[in-house]
Amino acid sequence: MAELRVRVNGADHLLDIPPQVSLLDALREHLGLTGTKKGCDQGACGACTVLADGERINACLALAVQYADREITTIEGIDHPIQEAFVRHDGFQCGYCTSGQICSAIGMLAEHKDGMPSAVTGEPSAEGEELTDEEIRERMSGNLCRCGAYHGIVEAIGEVAR
Amino acid sequence: MRAFSYVSAPDVATAVRAVSETPNAKFLGGGTNLVDLMRENIEHPDVLVDVSRLPLNGVEELPDGGLRIGATVRNSALAAHPLVRTRYPVVSQAVLNGASAQLRNMATVGGNLLQRTRCLYFYDTASPCNKREPGSGCAALGGFTRDAGILGVSERCVATHPSDLCVALVALGAVVEVESTRGTRRIPLTDLHRLPADTPQRETVLERDELITAVELPPVPAAANSRYRKVRDRASYAFALVSVAAALRLDGDTITEARLALGGIAPKPWRANEAEHVLTGARATEETFDRAAAAELDRAQAVGDNAFKIELTRRTIVATLRELTHEGSRP
Amino acid sequence: MTRTVDGEHLVGQPIDRIDGPAKTTGGARFSAEHAYPGLTHAALVPATVSRGRITAIDTAAAAAVPGVITVLTHGNAPKLNPPKRPTPANLSTLVSGTQVNYLNTDEVHWDGQPVAVVVAETSHAAREAAALVHVSYERLPAVVDFAAEEPNAVAQKGNPVMPGSAKKGDADAALAVAPVTVDARYTTPQHHHNALEPHATTAVWQGDELTVHDSTQSITWLRKHLALRFGVPEAKVRVLAPFVGGGFGGKGFAWPGTIIAVLAARATGRPVRLLLTREDVHRAVGARTPSAQRVALGADTGGRLTALVHTSVTRTSRVGGQPEQVTAPAQHLYDATNIRTAQSQTTLDWMPNTSMRAPGDAIGSFALESAIDELAGELGIDPVELRMRNEPERNPIDGKRFSHRMLREAYALGARRFGWENRSPEPRSTRDGRWLVGMGVATAYHPAMQFTANVTVRLAADGTVTVRCGFQEMGMGNATVQAQIAADALGVPFEAVRVEYGDSALPASVMAGGSMQTSTVAGSVLAACGKLTRRLSTLARRTGMQGRTPTEILTAARVPFIDAAVGSDTRLGALAGQARMLAKVVRDQRTWAKAACGAHFCEVRVDADTGEVRVSRWTAAFDVGRVINRKTAFSQLRGGIVMGIGMALFEEALVDRRTGRIMNPSLSGYHVPVHADVPPIDIACLDEPDPTMPLGILGVGEVGITGVAAAIANAIHHATGSRIRDLPITPDKLVT
Repeated sequence: MAELRVRVNGADHLLDIPPQVSLLDALREHLGLTGTKKGCDQGACGACTVLADGERINACLALAVQYADREITTIEGIDHPIQEAFVRHDGFQCGYCTSGQICSAIGMLAEHKDGMPSAVTGEPSAEGEELTDEEIRERMSGNLCRCGAYHGIVEAIGEVAR
Repeated sequence: MRAFSYVSAPDVATAVRAVSETPNAKFLGGGTNLVDLMRENIEHPDVLVDVSRLPLNGVEELPDGGLRIGATVRNSALAAHPLVRTRYPVVSQAVLNGASAQLRNMATVGGNLLQRTRCLYFYDTASPCNKREPGSGCAALGGFTRDAGILGVSERCVATHPSDLCVALVALGAVVEVESTRGTRRIPLTDLHRLPADTPQRETVLERDELITAVELPPVPAAANSRYRKVRDRASYAFALVSVAAALRLDGDTITEARLALGGIAPKPWRANEAEHVLTGARATEETFDRAAAAELDRAQAVGDNAFKIELTRRTIVATLRELTHEGSRP
Repeated sequence: MTRTVDGEHLVGQPIDRIDGPAKTTGGARFSAEHAYPGLTHAALVPATVSRGRITAIDTAAAAAVPGVITVLTHGNAPKLNPPKRPTPANLSTLVSGTQVNYLNTDEVHWDGQPVAVVVAETSHAAREAAALVHVSYERLPAVVDFAAEEPNAVAQKGNPVMPGSAKKGDADAALAVAPVTVDARYTTPQHHHNALEPHATTAVWQGDELTVHDSTQSITWLRKHLALRFGVPEAKVRVLAPFVGGGFGGKGFAWPGTIIAVLAARATGRPVRLLLTREDVHRAVGARTPSAQRVALGADTGGRLTALVHTSVTRTSRVGGQPEQVTAPAQHLYDATNIRTAQSQTTLDWMPNTSMRAPGDAIGSFALESAIDELAGELGIDPVELRMRNEPERNPIDGKRFSHRMLREAYALGARRFGWENRSPEPRSTRDGRWLVGMGVATAYHPAMQFTANVTVRLAADGTVTVRCGFQEMGMGNATVQAQIAADALGVPFEAVRVEYGDSALPASVMAGGSMQTSTVAGSVLAACGKLTRRLSTLARRTGMQGRTPTEILTAARVPFIDAAVGSDTRLGALAGQARMLAKVVRDQRTWAKAACGAHFCEVRVDADTGEVRVSRWTAAFDVGRVINRKTAFSQLRGGIVMGIGMALFEEALVDRRTGRIMNPSLSGYHVPVHADVPPIDIACLDEPDPTMPLGILGVGEVGITGVAAAIANAIHHATGSRIRDLPITPDKLVT
């Protein structure tokens, strides 16, 4: 077993875990950071979305050992106006996908700012693309919400983005 | 997931040596497919050699106007690259139509090329599967074959290749650079993946210890007018039922260069040579597109309940070429 | 209605959820997220045959995985009391998902039945080991092909809550002579709830005291069931579920994971956490039955229905399963002269089916509301107009009075907001570039029920109010809503009310299901608040403090708090409550037809070449009685519509008819809607209280999904001219 140093929400942690432990299990079971959720454990739902150096990833398919030198941010380390917007726009019901939706939205806003296109973005343009609701929906499609709170989530993100 | 040991390789030479010298070692890229397959007990490597942080993450312009894409470039970085977006929009679109933003941030270009099939029976360890357990049989035959192939499949295996990126790359004549302890070799992407025939477990021509280090795109003038069209059940975050990567160069209404490849319908990204042959030099009309699709699908065969794919592929080819014609002839 | 101190009604306000901050900061702890010293992790081993006997289980390789504590099988697991046959006389029996005594039998009854569990120090060790357990079976002949069994279906029994068959006049004779008819077969596949939180249990035994954190929609009944199965007094069992990550019916009953986690904790003497894998969720939790339905309609040329026949075949299992009222909508929606409904069931070697959002109504409304649209086409009458011509004054099947029915008003409101008048009647007549555009409409309908819940409410001298009730919250917003109701009833600010819920130590409530929880709990909260108000008046008179605030009155009376309770959790009280509840349900069913209803309007775009369908616009107008919280109620209605979009376009469990095995037990294989599939959803509610329900609430959890698939199928027909009668409507069905 290897001693693994991971940096989560600005703090360093030493973990004694074998390489098959995912970043998700490392967070939830070894660091007690249960805000990041396990919905499928196979990259098909987005509930485990966290930020690695500000980029959104699925923690379930990330081996913790592969992300040892990255700065990981989970919902517990986030303080962002989008959280309050989710509450106001009722962008959740059961709350299980919510951490992932919020982390994903923050990563998405940064991607958009950096000029990352999406499947619904047209030709490259000098001014950059407007973050329309259609863009938000496509860019957030990696985060399932079975309660169907999509309407409120898109409203919440749109409000923060514009 | 079985226990394994993990090594992070500092450079290519170390990586290939490590895999070469260790039985049952595998390269690990972004992990978006391999980690899943390991957790599902389909892959059981004893050692993972992490190549995701090798310094192969650049996209460089080649002197001939082509591009060299490092194997560890993340899918999202590839899609966003200005030269890719302007010179090869089909590549950017193919990436952006695949998976989710999170997975694109993780997945590497090299790993994308080596994705394994999403056949339901391959994924189910309780079902026979010649790809997973050679000689055990193919449970897809007589079962659900909606996602099975219509071209290039065999009696042993009807599974399709799931990559979107590969379809665009194969249309553009990409070349894969591969490194091993025996040196470097270059393989046209069309030749990288094998058809299943009697050995569906052998999916590529790569040896176990060969590492993809780069993908090179030649200059393709038609590629500036290119498009990736993916037909799927959901609007996003789903594998293709059928996909089409196409590029057209037009002189008036004459097609001077055509590139076409198909996804979701074959065991490998399917370069549509027959269709390209019909298109090149012909007039860009609906009739030509129909003829091109028919030529390519001449040998297509339904497997069980996937007969719709032949018609769907035909229609998607025609629709994609039609759109490119409208756009290509715009002043 | 009383008013709050500052003069504002809280009921009706779009108040933010009180658990919003917990859910948006990662602070909400779900059932697999509770830490205990010595906590262990469990993983299930599912059977891979549909019927058979276990001949051997080789656990050596699994046991050798470092960190594994034990592998439990029927050979070494502690003995459990078997589940009892379900009877309404014993609530503990109603909640059992199946009749199988897990790990206490060598019999396998469905592909996926757990046959072993690994308990380990870490979750990855448990999962690694579970894959190494090798089970040998003697296979027995299994009946697993629903389509092949359809002809062998037998008539389904009804009960007061779920009617079976019904008849008025002679519908078949009337159909034979009707000038205009539609007679078609519709099918729907097996659907899975797939709540984002996989079923999760953390079980802790301390002596004979059991604490269970479980993702359940039914804490009270689950507690009774665990007491029965593990042979301990109910008082020794505590079930906690303050946060449940979605249910939709899939967490209404006790499924194998819960029982086995508790069993494993007993066997090891250590706390056990079991979070099902997504594959387990598909294989070890009941799903919505597939259905084959026939709807036959006869009408005169003016569009008046003379005959309505709706029959259904569904699937249940040899080891349990819930009947579904697939044809119920046909008893309530149209004023047909002659009606016949009949429901039948097949019995397979399959996982028992279970309730899923609007059981029966969700899939039954697909067939009925598609057929009505087909009839409108045959008649050349606008489908909204056809519905209005057949809108009944009394419940069609039996002439009972409607407690309240505003479907006409819902249609008028929805049509106006949606712009229905812009629809051209001809199918395939609107095109926008590559897209064929169509508009569709369908009726939503879901019966309303009220059960009984025990509640205590405390009013303290510091002005705070505590509502205590063992109801469950899995995203409906019930805690927020009950706080609004209590604050209004007692005239205190919203912030002064605290609601305790999700704990079986609280006064017993009903399960969350049937869209009845809000009205049921509200009824008891109102009654308790009424008692408190009366007590407060007495105190005020006694102390001469009439007209003063509660704090002033209680302070003057030197009383720190006053309590009021509704119902009792003593053995006698519980029995009395149960008798009252059953009596009320039966009486209600006899007297009234009461339901929430609504009108769905949607626009779809179908790619002319590829048959890809995108829903581009949605308006739904509902009559759900009084809306307590616009925000949470609208979210429930939207959520139902989103699930209906999935049902219409993608959702289907692929069950291999050769083996009875689900081949797509994942979220990449079983598609639920993603963001990009869902347009903005415009919701309007009439907000007229039902006179027979507490506060006039009719329920919002299920009505939203009813009619959705039909509205989409109808819009697709309008866009393309193709009528698809088999769900889901995937591109392959539109290109061939």
